[in-house]
Amino acid sequence: MNPKTIKYIIKRLILAVFTVWVVITLTFFIMHAVPGGPFMSEKAVSPAAQAALEAKYGLDKPLGVQYVTYLGDVIQLKLGPSLKQRGRMVIDIIGDGLKTSAKLGVIAAFLALAIGVVLGSVAALRRNTVLDRVIMIITTAFVSMPSFIVGSLLLVLFAIKFHVFPANGSTAAGLVLPVITLMLYPMSYITRLTRSSMLDVLGQDYIRTAKAKGVSKWRIIFVHALKNSLIPVITYFGPMLAYIVTGSLVVEQIFAVPGIGRAFVQSIINRDYTLIMGTTIVLATFIVIMNLVSDILYKVVDPRINLE
Amino acid sequence: MDKNLKRLSAQVDLSDFMPASDEDKEYMVKMRESTTFFKDGVRRLRKNKVAMISFYVIVIITLASIFVPMFWPYQYETMLGMQPGQPMDASFNNLHPFEYSSSEQARIAAGEKVFPHIFGTDSQGRDYFIRVVYGTRISLAVGFFASIIVLVIGIVYGSISGYAGGKVDIVMMRIVDIIYSLPDMLMVILLASVMRMTLTEALEGTVLEKIGSNIISLFIIFALLYWVGMARLVRGQILSLREQEYVLASQTAGAKGSWVIRKHLIPNCISVIVISTALQIPSAIFTESYLSFLGLGVNAPMPSLGSLASDALNGLSSYPYRLVIPAIVISLIVLSLNLFGDGLRDAFDPKLNS
Repeated sequence: MNPKTIKYIIKRLILAVFTVWVVITLTFFIMHAVPGGPFMSEKAVSPAAQAALEAKYGLDKPLGVQYVTYLGDVIQLKLGPSLKQRGRMVIDIIGDGLKTSAKLGVIAAFLALAIGVVLGSVAALRRNTVLDRVIMIITTAFVSMPSFIVGSLLLVLFAIKFHVFPANGSTAAGLVLPVITLMLYPMSYITRLTRSSMLDVLGQDYIRTAKAKGVSKWRIIFVHALKNSLIPVITYFGPMLAYIVTGSLVVEQIFAVPGIGRAFVQSIINRDYTLIMGTTIVLATFIVIMNLVSDILYKVVDPRINLE
Repeated sequence: MDKNLKRLSAQVDLSDFMPASDEDKEYMVKMRESTTFFKDGVRRLRKNKVAMISFYVIVIITLASIFVPMFWPYQYETMLGMQPGQPMDASFNNLHPFEYSSSEQARIAAGEKVFPHIFGTDSQGRDYFIRVVYGTRISLAVGFFASIIVLVIGIVYGSISGYAGGKVDIVMMRIVDIIYSLPDMLMVILLASVMRMTLTEALEGTVLEKIGSNIISLFIIFALLYWVGMARLVRGQILSLREQEYVLASQTAGAKGSWVIRKHLIPNCISVIVISTALQIPSAIFTESYLSFLGLGVNAPMPSLGSLASDALNGLSSYPYRLVIPAIVISLIVLSLNLFGDGLRDAFDPKLNS
């Protein structure tokens, strides 16, 4: 790695840390903008009890002190108790949800990558044939459909009409439809990305040189063309994970998957503010880190890319 | 005069001034009307079949969503079973397409004409067709206005940053970088869920109350988060344009910064701006429907395509068409807008098409 790359990585790291700090600060002040404060309950609490509660959670201190305390707590992953699920800590709820969500997300991301790259390469190699057209039409359609619509339609078709898969996503078989819903958009996007970059690479001089040297067709496709055409796909890695995280909010809601996305949506419906803030911070940090990794990877893989 | 004779420079050769022959004249015939940049782009756009079909689809959907509610006999918020002074008529609820309630059937039997419920009614006895039409109107309006907000903020911010350059540019662009790296959807949900609490009280009694706190908070969110892409784009354009000679000429003649930006720089990057605005509209519609689906979109009883789809989930096994109809409309709008935006890009900015 040359010094320029290292300088770039350091710059991005600082930006990422700064972004996470902005997220935490935003959530803190948004939380304080909520009328009634986060520890308001439906039942009327006596002023003495209210004061005791506020003292217990440090709400009687000045805002600046509270902010510093909150910042420290978040770094130690202390996100406070849930307001609506009595006796449960936000971090435990997130931890439980994360196990299911991670499974869902990793499978969806892997499938989207694998199928997308294959379809995209096929479309590029069979350019302007019926196969290419069909792939492009289908992927264009999927890019235009919001995930909640894809998910609901799949639910109607395969769970309610034909009973192929269960509608409830808490079992292994029930994860099939959520995974499909989640992966269709990134898969379509990767297909289009791979196709265009593959076409670009196939027109390059070094492919012609390889052909002239008598390299076999498959070696050209896999070693010379595919490897280079995957570079733009790496840039999509970060946005894809961001999509999967936000997509899972809706998908888990539709299929009743007990993941972090469902916890998040439920917390919005129940107005469980500490849980809303906690999940936002955890997921936002995850997305920021993944974007950072994907950007750095992109620059490291292709040294030709200008670092600015 | 002898042809080979050497002429002095001031001497005129009369043969150069002979009337042109027909053959000469043919060279000067205009083969085609000379064209402006705009006309040329429109010509290219018209040739693009996919873009033109998409354009007509958008126009038809937009016009329908504006004009159909004007003459449709049902209103989107009227619960047909709830007539003043009469007990609730539950037979209006959950009608299938082209079904009639018991009272309507009685009127038909008496020889009266009753306007059909093309898509049936929803669980509260509201005509579903007009709800879909109205929801389309809301979704389109939200997409359109949100894009305008993004456009205005992005242009102002981006052009100032690009034209000022130096330290101002660096600071302004660092702010953009941070907002850009915020996970937008999560921040949108966070802001929307909290803002509708605080805004509902603040808006009470004002004109804005009618629009609803959720739509207002959606606009605020777009104004806060989504302008950064446009700002970056405009800045990049301005950066390269401000080195042009005509800018120097204008400055030499004493033009101020705002004049140069308005008269020289913005008009020259207008095509890029228009294209990315066209592509911003579907993404705004997407965001709105997504938020509506999570229950953070428009306030009830106002429908949007997202909230209609979300409401349909409750009766999914009995009334799947209630989901399918808004799903088709929303996909059609987003798809057409995307394809039209792509067509615009190909027609007006061939450079971008790489």
